[in-house]
Parts: sequence; structure tokens; C-alpha cells
Amino acid sequence: MTNIKTFLSDEKHQSFLIPAIAIVLGFLSGSIIMLLSGLNPVDLFTSFVRAVTGINLPNIGTDRDVFNSRYFGEFFVFSIPLILTGLSVSFAFRTGLFNIGGEGQVMMGALFASGAGIFLDFPPLIFPVVVLIAGALGGAVWGFIPGILKAKFRVHEVVVTIMLNYTALYVSNFYIRSWGEGNAIRTENLPSKATLQSDLLSSLTNNSRLHWGFIVVIVCAVIFWFIINKTTFGYELKAVGFNPLASEYAGMKVQRNAALSMTIAGAFSGLAGAMLVVGTFGYGRVLPGFENYGFDGIAVALVGGSTALGSVLAGLLFGGLKAAQPIMQVSRIPRDIAIIIIAVIIIYVAMREPFKQLLLKLKAKEEEN
Amino acid sequence: MDLLISMLSLTIVFSTPIVITSLGGMFSERSGVTNIGLEGLMMFGAFTAASVLFFIEGETALAPWIAIFIGALVGGLISLIHAYLSIHANADQIISGTAINLLATGATIYLAQVIFGQQRTNSFSNSFSRFTFPVLSEIPFIGPILFHRVYLTVHLAIVLVILSWFVLYKTSFGLRLRAAGEHPSALESMGVSVYKMRYIGVVLSGILAGLGGGILVLTQDIQYTVMSIGGTGFIALAALIFGRWKPAGLLGAGVFFGFSRIFALYSNRFAILEPFPDAFFFALPYVLTIIALVLFSRQSVAPKAIGKPYDKGER
Repeated sequence: MTNIKTFLSDEKHQSFLIPAIAIVLGFLSGSIIMLLSGLNPVDLFTSFVRAVTGINLPNIGTDRDVFNSRYFGEFFVFSIPLILTGLSVSFAFRTGLFNIGGEGQVMMGALFASGAGIFLDFPPLIFPVVVLIAGALGGAVWGFIPGILKAKFRVHEVVVTIMLNYTALYVSNFYIRSWGEGNAIRTENLPSKATLQSDLLSSLTNNSRLHWGFIVVIVCAVIFWFIINKTTFGYELKAVGFNPLASEYAGMKVQRNAALSMTIAGAFSGLAGAMLVVGTFGYGRVLPGFENYGFDGIAVALVGGSTALGSVLAGLLFGGLKAAQPIMQVSRIPRDIAIIIIAVIIIYVAMREPFKQLLLKLKAKEEEN
Repeated sequence: MDLLISMLSLTIVFSTPIVITSLGGMFSERSGVTNIGLEGLMMFGAFTAASVLFFIEGETALAPWIAIFIGALVGGLISLIHAYLSIHANADQIISGTAINLLATGATIYLAQVIFGQQRTNSFSNSFSRFTFPVLSEIPFIGPILFHRVYLTVHLAIVLVILSWFVLYKTSFGLRLRAAGEHPSALESMGVSVYKMRYIGVVLSGILAGLGGGILVLTQDIQYTVMSIGGTGFIALAALIFGRWKPAGLLGAGVFFGFSRIFALYSNRFAILEPFPDAFFFALPYVLTIIALVLFSRQSVAPKAIGKPYDKGER
């Protein structure tokens, strides 16, 4: 018992303890809400397990199929953009900046990727790379604007990115609509040599939409880790995040770094948008409103502690929740419970301070004994 | 002329929720708490008002008023989450606002599914009726816009703007609220609790955003859907900044942004506007706000202590 207490109250463990507590409390709150509205919370967990592993728990012991690899494939399809927007928000966090503009950067990334796929032509293998670079560029431009305004005019990046989210919605819808035919809600299909879609992966996972994008995610996570931990630039970014004044005194270019950091963050979100175009759907779409990839990225970054590995793991967690939504709807649970759980997890992570106090009290008590 | 009058009468319907919500944002931000959760608070207010109206319409002529009143209360209640997180828990106010927005998308549609068995509320049929003022509606130009077949919520918004101005600048409460956002430690040294002023500021923002959301859905829609608010809360935030955190300023900005939306609907009526797509006018408020921020950047117009949790021990 004392061992557990020592473990819990050690400040070194708080970086993963607090998100872990938040996740448990998030699912607990979701279950209580379901109980209060007369639904069975067990369905929430069987849907989640089925979405993540493909195993349908209630079918165990019956004649019906227990395992379906399609769900497993779809789980990754849902997670890929979330991990990327998570990396995006995390990268900005590391520099002390808040990138709430993931939404807009995702849309601009999707727009640029669609444009590149429709209007350019390259040989296979090179083409997808070009389309991805276009997507990253679209997001980077949308991240550069708040970055440079922050650097040159000290305008707060949060307000600018919020405004750019809606600007991106209208701009991208305008172009996607004009690239389609007539009263279009989507573009034509991108040529298949421009996409990351794969018959092989799809057939391995019982016709899921699984695509090669997961390799891009791994590469991005490694790039994130490398920039932050292994380069002077990354060291400066972190230093600026910890103490901008001290960094400036030490001769670092604080303003330039802020602009660059937002640009790189934008590129990660832009790639998330490109993934939707070249991986999940294969075409550009007109959107009625936000799809929350950017906002969910904030949840991913918070739970993942703004690290590369943390973003991957948290992205998989939230991707699993998103992938469980269609399954919930089939078993007659309102799918929106998943969004409530994500919001509640953010609220608990935001309550970091009271949790810390609580854990420290535990320590103080122990020392008394 | 008739065209202009009909555009302006539509504009005031669109601007009403923007202005009221923006006033809410003003109370929160003037007390030192950033509130980007206005959009979510509007959604809670709108969902509540639409649901309440569906259940009590026909019972009483006051049904829509009761509906927006309860919507405002729910907005105020939900804003307590934001207040607790930003004031007591030292949480990042942007994160907490984002959580409110996400929670609103999830919770309103979840409740719609539990209560109505679908992704939206049932539609209501007897919302606010339009009202014509006897003599006033005869005034040229202003009469037809403000007093002929109008929703009384428009006048409510004007009253609220004047009231807010009075409260903020002419009462000791307003002085204390502003002090909490400009120089909290000075306020505390006078024996006034900064926490208390900030709680009041945030809850007022919740009440007004809930009211704005309720009015929006009852005057512009027939039911609540997840798209009902569609960014109006963020436009209200933009109007607040564009109006430099002042009641008269945000009124002007709110009406202007409302007009910009109406322009998008009417743009095909004017030959000179043909080259501009709808998207241009929809995006205009947001782009203008960014430009305004850059132009204001040399002066300090935002409340000084905004966004910073108040630490009693700090000097």
C-alpha cells in the first residue's frame, strides 16, 4: 500500500499519471451519463473494444463471428489524422504557443492536396509524395500567418487562428465547389496513382479503408522527436517555450522561432488534411462545418503531454473512440457520447493543478506517518 | 430603397444574437477571463430554448420568452465549468473554452437523441411573433426597419447594450469588474475579491451567450441542429475584439458583421458585386478582425490581465 502511495505522490510520475487519471475519469463520467439517461454503459466498452481490436465480445460463445479485421483497419484510418493534428498542437505547445487553428490548417491541407492531385501529373510513387508536400504546404501557409503576425505585431495567435479556421472553411468550400461539376459537394476522384489507397492493405483488413498513410504518421512522429530532441533549433524552441525572456537574453531569435514553430505546426495539420483526401476518401469534400480534427488534436496533445510518442498513443485512444462511433450507432447508443468523453477528458486534464495538490497532499500525509 | 430596407431588417435579426453574445464576452473578458467558449454556450442555450419551446408552445403566449429565459439559465450554469477551471483550477483558459465548445457539440446532440430519438430537436411551430409599433413604424426609413413587423428581441438587445454600458461605466460594480481585468492585485488590496468579480463576469457571459443562442434558434430556425449556431459565437468574439471590448463598439461591429452575412445572400442582386463569391462575404468578418488586430497592435486596447489566472501570492 505504501508503495502505491509513494508511486502516486512522486512528482516525476505526474506527467503520465494526470492524463491517466483524466482518461479513467472521462470514461467513468461517460458511463454515469449513460446510466442517467437509461442506457447500458457496458455497450460503450464493447463498442470501443470492437473498434480497436475487431473483437466482438458479446459474440464470444455464440455461433456468430467474433473477429472482423475490418474494424481494426478502420481504427487506424480514424487515428491517422488525429495523431497528425496532435503532433501539430504539441509542436506549438512546446514553443509556448497555442495552435487552435488545426481546423483551418486541416482544411487548407486538404484543399492544396486536392488541387495538386487534380491539376498536376507525376509518375506513380512520386505523385503521392508531391500531393502530400502540397498538403503540408497548405497547412504551413495557414500556420505561417498567425506565426508571422505574432512575431511582427505581437498579435495573439489564438484569436488569429480562430478567425482563420472560418476563413479556411469558406475559402476551401468555394474552390472545392468550383472544381467539382455543377452543384458539387466534392471533387472528382483523384487519379489512383496520386493516392495512398491500397488494395493490398484493404484486402488484408476485410475491405477497410486502411491506406499507406500510417507510414507517413510514423515518419512525422520521428521527425517531431528528432527536431525537438536532437537539433539546436528544437532546443531553442523548447527554451523559448519555458522562458522567452531568458532565451532572448541568451541570443535566441524568439520572434523568428515563434513564426517557424507555427509554420511547422501548420504543416503537420496540413498533412492530416492531405491524409483525408489521398487516404480516407480519395477526393476533396465541401464541408458544412468543422469536423473537429483540429480541436481533437488539442485533446491528443494534452493527454500525450506534447511529446511525439504521447501524441501517437493519445491519437490511437481518441481514434478508437471515433472509430467506435458508427458501432455505437448500430447498437443504438447515441454516438455523441464519444465527443462528451473527449471533452470531459480535456476538462480533467485542464484541472492539472487541483490534481497535483491532491497528489502532493497524499505525499505530505505519508511523510507525517 | 425597398431593397436596402429589407436587407437592413434582416440584418438586425441576424445581428441580435451576435450583439447579445458579444456583450456576454465583454463581461467575461473585462473581468480578466478569456472566453472562447461562447460558441458552445450559445449551443447549450439554443438547444435548451428549442426543446423547452417544443414542449410548452401553445400553453402560453409567453412560451418563447420562457424558453429563452431557461436557455440563458442553462448557459449560465454551464459557464460555471469554465469559471471554476479558469479561476480556481488555474487552468489554461483557452483549453477550458475549447472543452466547453466540444462538450456542447457532444452533449446537445446526445440529449437530442435521448429526448427526441434523432440528431436534432423536434421542430417548434409557434415562436416569437412579429410586432408592429403603432406610431413609431411611420417614421421614414427607421420605422420600417426597427418598428414594423419586428421581433421584440431586437429591442431587448438594444436595451441590454445600454444597460451594460451603464453597469460597466457608471456603477461601482462595473469599476470593480474592470479592475479585476486590468489590475487585479490593486482590486484585492481594496478588499474586493478578484475571484468573486471574475465568477460574476464569466457567469454573466454564460447567461448572455445562452440568451443569444436561444434567440438565434427561435428567430432564425425551426429546430436546433448541430449546425444551428454555425460559428455565430466566434463572430461574437470577433465583434468583441473589433469593437475594442466596449458596448458601443461591439454593437457597431455586431451590426456590421450581421450585415456582411446578409450581403452574402443578396450579393447576386448587385451587378458590381458579381465578381465576389458568397464565400467572400461570409469570410469577411473574420478577415477584418485579423486586420483590426494588426492595426490595434501598437495600442493596448485589450484588458491588461486577460487570460492570466489570478495568483493571490504573486507581487
